[in-house]
Amino acid sequence: MLKHLDEYRDKRLAENLVRSIESTLTRPWTIMEICGGQTHSIMRYNLQELLPNEISLIHGPGCPVCVTPIELIDQAVELGRQTDVILVSFGDMLRVPGSKEDLLSVKAQGGEVKMVYAPLDALEIAEKNPEKEVVFFGVGFETTAPAVALAVKQAQIRGLENFSVLVSHVLVPPAIKALLEDKQNRIDGFLAAGHVCTIMGTAEYISLAESYQIPIVVTGFEPVDILLGIQKCIILLEQNHPGVENAYPRSVKPEGNPAAKKILKEVFTPVDRRWRGIGTIPQSGLKLTAAYQKFDASARFRLQHTTAEEPELCLAGEILTGRKKPPDCPAFGNQCKPDNPLGAPMVSSEGACAAYYRYQKTDRS
Amino acid sequence: MCLAVPGKILSIDESNPELLMARVQFGEAIREICIQWVEGVEIGDYILAHVGTALSKIDEADAKFTLDALREMGTSESDL
Repeated sequence: MLKHLDEYRDKRLAENLVRSIESTLTRPWTIMEICGGQTHSIMRYNLQELLPNEISLIHGPGCPVCVTPIELIDQAVELGRQTDVILVSFGDMLRVPGSKEDLLSVKAQGGEVKMVYAPLDALEIAEKNPEKEVVFFGVGFETTAPAVALAVKQAQIRGLENFSVLVSHVLVPPAIKALLEDKQNRIDGFLAAGHVCTIMGTAEYISLAESYQIPIVVTGFEPVDILLGIQKCIILLEQNHPGVENAYPRSVKPEGNPAAKKILKEVFTPVDRRWRGIGTIPQSGLKLTAAYQKFDASARFRLQHTTAEEPELCLAGEILTGRKKPPDCPAFGNQCKPDNPLGAPMVSSEGACAAYYRYQKTDRS
Repeated sequence: MCLAVPGKILSIDESNPELLMARVQFGEAIREICIQWVEGVEIGDYILAHVGTALSKIDEADAKFTLDALREMGTSESDL
């Protein structure tokens, strides 16, 4: 048995929660989750089917791979094509389509593109290949950015001249704010991403809940965790009690992880960022601070800054903001499938379209 | 990308005080994970790992509290 994992897949506990939710519910509510990992869990364990019809689960832009601007994919592709560069990335990014191609096709054509599990592994590649420039494609929310910050700081300490980062990190709270600022949004409550909060704590969410008078429940990723998050959110909604609750206390403390936050602040600083399919959200991205600017790949390689357009068929923007669901897209399952994706949400292991495609295809009881 | 997984600490390497590492078991797999940001972890503790770093030490007391309350939910009418 996998400890701290299997217990939260226990069917009986899930059933207890569903019954509790049913007995609390008096009217319809719409809840959005902001983490692709949660989207996948919801689809994999068919949680929408278990819940009463009055509860609508909609999916937010919680997939950092999906929201990486197409221009950055194009820059990564440009770098991967250069003979003196090794482009290093998390696996997910390799098949995300840029305007013309993806990183996997660059690799197939002989470009040096390597996949790693940890940003620290990219440093090792740089150390072993001193004659090459090693560029790490830094993608991810606040959960991942500290690990990239650690790699950058280590590069500084070790005096690594041939290492740099193509920075594409994004922040969750500004995205929540942007969603709530849209007057047409129908979101009643949020499930906040438990692992983002493991790093950042709950302070930013408390101030969002206060400003927008909405419940936000910090939630984990296993099916029982998600049902618990939903149950707590429903209780707050039924009691008309906006605010933040922590449904993931085994990992999340109100102060988050102070050491991770410290390194994040030292190496990165917020910047305006375009989210693919959504547009620019102010102060929603990260860039390197002045002290670490020399590790910025965009500056080091003097990369082109262009704005590219998406294929018209792709509804990624509406999917990522919860206005549509993947089956609403005419291309879903037809022109757009995992082996021929039109947009990022069909590629990423955390994308809503990939989740729907994967889990709706099989018969599940 | 947000996926972090719980794992059990098998051994700790303190040779670099700026970069504390541990061998961590995740089911059948064992990985090297940086534990620089989690205070006071020991062999046998569970941590939550993401892209080679430990994000937190799993709080056994909170985990037990949550699971007990969820099991209790099935036996009584009271809410969590």
